Amino acid sequence: MMHVSEKDVSANSELIAFRLGGQEFCVDIMSVRDIRGWTQTTPLPHSPEYVKGVINLRGSVLPVIDLAARLGFRATEPTARHVIIVTQVNNQSVGLLVEAVSDILTINAGAIQPTPDVASDLARMFMRGVLAIEGRMISLISLDCVLPQNSESAGTVH
Amino acid sequence: MDTMAAIKQTFFQECEEQLAELENGLLAIERQEGDLETINAVFRAVHSIKGGAGAFGLDDLVRFAHTFETTLDLMRSSELEITPALVKLMLRAADGLADLVRFSRDGADLDRARIAQLNGELSRAASGEAAVPTIEAAAPAAPAIADEPAADENGFTPIRFSLDDLLGGPAFSADETSANAPLTVRFKPKPELYAKANDAVVLLREIRRLGEAKISCDTSEIPLITELDPEGAYLSWAVELDPAIEEASVREIFEFVVFDCDLDIGIAPEPVSATILTLPEPAAPAVEAAFAPAPIPQADTATVIPLAPDREMTPTETLIKAGQAQQPAAAGQQTTIRVDLDRVDRLIDLVGELVINQSMLAQRVTEAGIARLSEVAVGLDDLEHLTREIQDSVMAIRAQPVRPIFQRMSRVVREVADMTGKSVRLVTEGEGCEVDKTVIERLADPLTHMIRNAIDHGLEKPEDRVAAGKPEQGIVRMTAAHRSGRVIIEVSDDGAGINRARVREIAVKKGLIEANAQLSDSEIDDLIFHPGFSTASSISDVSGRGVGMDVVKRSIQALGGRISITSRPGRGTVFTLSLPLTLAVLDGMVVTVSGQTLVVPLTAIVETLQPKKQDVHGLGDTSRVIAIRGSFVPLIDIGRELGYRDEEADPLNSVAIMVESENRSQSALLVDGIIGQQQVVIKSLETNYGHVFGVAAATILGDGRVAVILDVDAVVAGSRADTGRSDISNRKRNAA
Repeated sequence: MMHVSEKDVSANSELIAFRLGGQEFCVDIMSVRDIRGWTQTTPLPHSPEYVKGVINLRGSVLPVIDLAARLGFRATEPTARHVIIVTQVNNQSVGLLVEAVSDILTINAGAIQPTPDVASDLARMFMRGVLAIEGRMISLISLDCVLPQNSESAGTVH
Repeated sequence: MDTMAAIKQTFFQECEEQLAELENGLLAIERQEGDLETINAVFRAVHSIKGGAGAFGLDDLVRFAHTFETTLDLMRSSELEITPALVKLMLRAADGLADLVRFSRDGADLDRARIAQLNGELSRAASGEAAVPTIEAAAPAAPAIADEPAADENGFTPIRFSLDDLLGGPAFSADETSANAPLTVRFKPKPELYAKANDAVVLLREIRRLGEAKISCDTSEIPLITELDPEGAYLSWAVELDPAIEEASVREIFEFVVFDCDLDIGIAPEPVSATILTLPEPAAPAVEAAFAPAPIPQADTATVIPLAPDREMTPTETLIKAGQAQQPAAAGQQTTIRVDLDRVDRLIDLVGELVINQSMLAQRVTEAGIARLSEVAVGLDDLEHLTREIQDSVMAIRAQPVRPIFQRMSRVVREVADMTGKSVRLVTEGEGCEVDKTVIERLADPLTHMIRNAIDHGLEKPEDRVAAGKPEQGIVRMTAAHRSGRVIIEVSDDGAGINRARVREIAVKKGLIEANAQLSDSEIDDLIFHPGFSTASSISDVSGRGVGMDVVKRSIQALGGRISITSRPGRGTVFTLSLPLTLAVLDGMVVTVSGQTLVVPLTAIVETLQPKKQDVHGLGDTSRVIAIRGSFVPLIDIGRELGYRDEEADPLNSVAIMVESENRSQSALLVDGIIGQQQVVIKSLETNYGHVFGVAAATILGDGRVAVILDVDAVVAGSRADTGRSDISNRKRNAA
């Protein structure tokens, strides 16, 4: 993701905005591979709460992350109206469960403001910046840390 | 990848084949099964490596191969007597050559001192006996010698003009070489020369470039047009060269076609007869043949290697048996093509998709209530058959004989035998047994460990063997065989067997077991798989670095295989590996647990049963066991173990699946129900996520949903860790 941020310093970039727990977030469109409706996931044993499980994405096994839970909101109760944004993060494909896709934005890199200094660790971990668009505040999310990191990997029960 | 790198890669791939052939040939000679053709094959192998290495400027490799080749050449022309010592040296030289190839390829460690020493030994071997040519010195290797002026061989001192002297060269003494006699070259191409896209014209042009040359073409063999084989070779040439031209430089020109033509270079006093033709004016048939489309196999990025008829199909990176013979000269032989592994893997992935899709379709058809005998359903059945067949065929592409790995072991045996001062013979069986390439690749390290162990720990010292009334030479046997959908590899030795008293003593000393633990023989044998266990009393070079059989066991398990050991005192030890044929599909039992669908690998399952109330007993506060035929087996609640639910399952409403895990101990896995048995395509969970404890992999079921494949050993081990019991005591209880 960092290389994407490097690029969007110089050029206009497109972002996909979506709603989560009453707030608006966005990710770089270059990292989005697919947007699909919610399908029932297969839960993985011993996984963190925000890992919804895995689904079959055209023959490969795709983990689905409840982004709301990951960002510290209440866990999502998915319905048929929820969507999964399939993103590419560090050569892995990851599905992000969100409420709905709200917008596609074209912005100038200069429009990204630094994340306001807030206490939330999670906010600082995932926010790359904020955008002010038509009176709304949209947070730009960095996807690098979305999957469980090695230290908190789902597999290390032992 | 640029072209040069691609060619270089092909060269190294071919090197591996040549090295295998070289070793095979030498081993055959060692067993005294070799004939002249074997020696020729060995020679060709070294020669090809040298030739290729020269083209890439790999000087070290060329130099060593050159010395090697020289010695082999003397062997070939029977100037060197083939003694066991010489063959041993040759085998070591082959190992050295292999090291050099690997060094040139990827800069692997190279013991330069050893190479230099081998080089010296080879040179000494070559010069040592070269001065005493045997009677049959030139006879078998120089077919064209009849054309030479008759000479009494016994009076000759052989002079090797060039180390590339490929035909073994007719020996003649220097004083007979008249300074003014022209150097003549007789060159009669065989059809194979053209079939390999060589052209006589080019070679002759090269000769002319050396200096003044009178080239004459002998057309006398051209048959009537009705009898003419368009791909035959009927022309031969005689060339008279300026005496100043070095014979070696002429030989160099023919270096790469020497096996595909009759070539005779020497001093010939008689004038060359036959019609003098000027170049470039070669007779039609030869040129036609050279450009004949048929013999030149086409390929885009893949390289095509037509195999010589005397060669067995060489197992290499990925070879696909092609149905058609491509060389007209040797119709009916097996041909192979080299294919990028990625392409094969892609194909396998796609076929996996096809299988999933097909079963999804079948499920939908059933759901739609279409009658079983309707055309749709029948068509679908056909599709299923076809899909299965495609799947099998695609899997067969990846399947490779275990031969290369077995061959590699002969080197390990040699080295370890040298290091330990033991005399060892490696006997292999079933090298043709085919297994998935990935399985083969990952077998190399465990097998190396096992062979080392067998020699270092298994076999007794020669004097002890003699004292025990055994032949001094120990035997290590490696066999491979297919058994019920798995491949069984056995590594056995005829040594002393496991010293159980000693194993026990060490285990107690290391705190692995209680001093008064009651262990059966097989439990004691299993102790050697315990991490950090090593029976060697001193840390030897060979094994005994503490990474012994536990590493072997883990790598075999990672492959979905099992390892077991049987040992008889004084008779030897047998390690048995049971491995899946492929890592792409798995036979599994589909079960439900807490509303989730899971797949349990069928290989782990012993039986399934319905627990009865009187058979289930509590043990301690959390554990439960089930009585089966008089023994108590731990009951593992899969739903709880995987965190699907918190409360305990009611065993009476569940099904118990008896599984056998790594150390042959049994456990009963409690699941809610069994759906059926099915072959599933293994999907990696690591690609997009990571390793999950208790899960071996994932798969996609007929309804398109993902199901996880249970890692039985991990779940069993995990449940033991949970209940805080040690591995050993648990096993003890199981056996009780």
